[in-house]
Amino acid sequence: MSMNLLLAGFGGQGILFTGKVVAYAGMLDGKEVSWLPSYGPEMRGGTANCSVCVSGSPIGSPLVTAPDVLVAMNLPSLEKFEDTVVSGGMIIVDSSIVEAKIKRKDVKAIYLPATRLASDNGLKGMANMVIAGRLYKETKFCSENAFNEGIRKSIPARKQELLDNNMAAVKIGMKSGA
Amino acid sequence: MSEKVLMKGNEALAEAAIAAGCRHFFGYPITPQTEVAAHMSKRMPKIGGVYLQAESEVAAINMVLGASAAGVRAMTSSSSPGVSLKAEGLSYLAGSDLPAVIVNVQRAGPGLGGIQPSQADYWQATRAPGHGDFKMLVFAPSTVQEMVDLGAIAFDLGDKERMPAMILSDGLLGQMMEPVVMGSEEKKVQEKPWAVSGHKNKREHNVINSLYIDPPNMEAILKARYERYAEIQENEQRCEEYLTDDADIILVAYGASARISRSAVDAARKENIKAGLIRPITLWPYPDKAILSKIGTTKVFLCVEMSTGQMVDDVKLIVNGKRDVRFYGRTGGVVPTPAEVLNEIKKIKGGI
Repeated sequence: MSMNLLLAGFGGQGILFTGKVVAYAGMLDGKEVSWLPSYGPEMRGGTANCSVCVSGSPIGSPLVTAPDVLVAMNLPSLEKFEDTVVSGGMIIVDSSIVEAKIKRKDVKAIYLPATRLASDNGLKGMANMVIAGRLYKETKFCSENAFNEGIRKSIPARKQELLDNNMAAVKIGMKSGA
Repeated sequence: MSEKVLMKGNEALAEAAIAAGCRHFFGYPITPQTEVAAHMSKRMPKIGGVYLQAESEVAAINMVLGASAAGVRAMTSSSSPGVSLKAEGLSYLAGSDLPAVIVNVQRAGPGLGGIQPSQADYWQATRAPGHGDFKMLVFAPSTVQEMVDLGAIAFDLGDKERMPAMILSDGLLGQMMEPVVMGSEEKKVQEKPWAVSGHKNKREHNVINSLYIDPPNMEAILKARYERYAEIQENEQRCEEYLTDDADIILVAYGASARISRSAVDAARKENIKAGLIRPITLWPYPDKAILSKIGTTKVFLCVEMSTGQMVDDVKLIVNGKRDVRFYGRTGGVVPTPAEVLNEIKKIKGGI
């Protein structure tokens, strides 16, 4: 399968990291991947976003302008990108931060209180990985092995002690929406 | 390092330079190339190299000149406004027959312009990087892997030909991450008997200079240099062709625009439009042979650039009126989408 993913939220929510996990997992699954962050004024205090492409064929533009999947971790991101999602696509919002509802009727709308789920389980600051778990459950964009390995590879060697918490957050996301 | 890893284009370029034996980097920060310098600042102290943040771009390029004159592989990187500041040093490098690798991670211009991706420095890179009669090798990677591959070639060819080499990247290629495999062995840097390095009076001392007061003497030196340029033009041009054999419409695009154009070609083929792509990998020497060989078989060329139209001049010069040469571009930091380029292909298809 191929997936054009757009992740967006506030700087510091782990948007770029989550994108890196997806890209690494796709790569380890033998797929073509690209990861492109927004850079410039918007990342200095405003919204950050990140385009990730996972595909069976070489990736042309790494800039995702019509995402199959949008992850919105704040309201400005949902407002800015909701209309760009392809028809039949998916929007995942962190519903503990975004109170607004998704207006589009032609996409799969997923409301996941990721920030609350993370902090309820002693995993404060790992809402992004809760979302990553749900994203994986919904899309199965790679093998489960590759996904787990992608998480491990995305965490720098000196921070490997964070792996267990990241995996715990992912599991919460995978169990959500049952 | 032969493992496949995800790396930013900017970091890959820095790592490629290190793998090519570069141990001298002089730079000055500017978005969107900062990761090149940041990566060098982390790595160089660990491997016995020099990382120096100069007081300005002008200082950095002149430090490169000094290091290169001493016979070591030296590099600097910047983005468009910073490269303009390096113009003087580039001219002096060329006038002194010195190799060096200069990275331009292009952003929108003129002036301070913007920080988003652009290809509006094509003319600067290929026509007039500085004053005087000279050329510079110009490489245009379009993937992160190619940053690594061309980074090595830029050092090798620059040393062989004793001339500066530019890697013409852009904000999109510099900032994106892609899988990359680094070369496994360190390159052996070639001997430079012309270098002004210490020799304990064992030979005549070498002179590195770009000042020639006697006009006929200087003319002879320039003519000899241009004969070398002609050989490079003949032997070192590189490009990639994609589905060009039966193409009625051949897109010509480099770097980030080539990626987008390739997607547009694939989309066009799905709609039974015979489109193809010539992707120049060297911008100087320009791959004129590939263009020339398709004049007889294609109906039209379409240049796609992130500028108001610069490389299209080279294509027109080569095609010389024998075929229609069209242009499509976005500029100011706007990246064209494959759909836009496909739309352009369809418009042309309607008219041929």
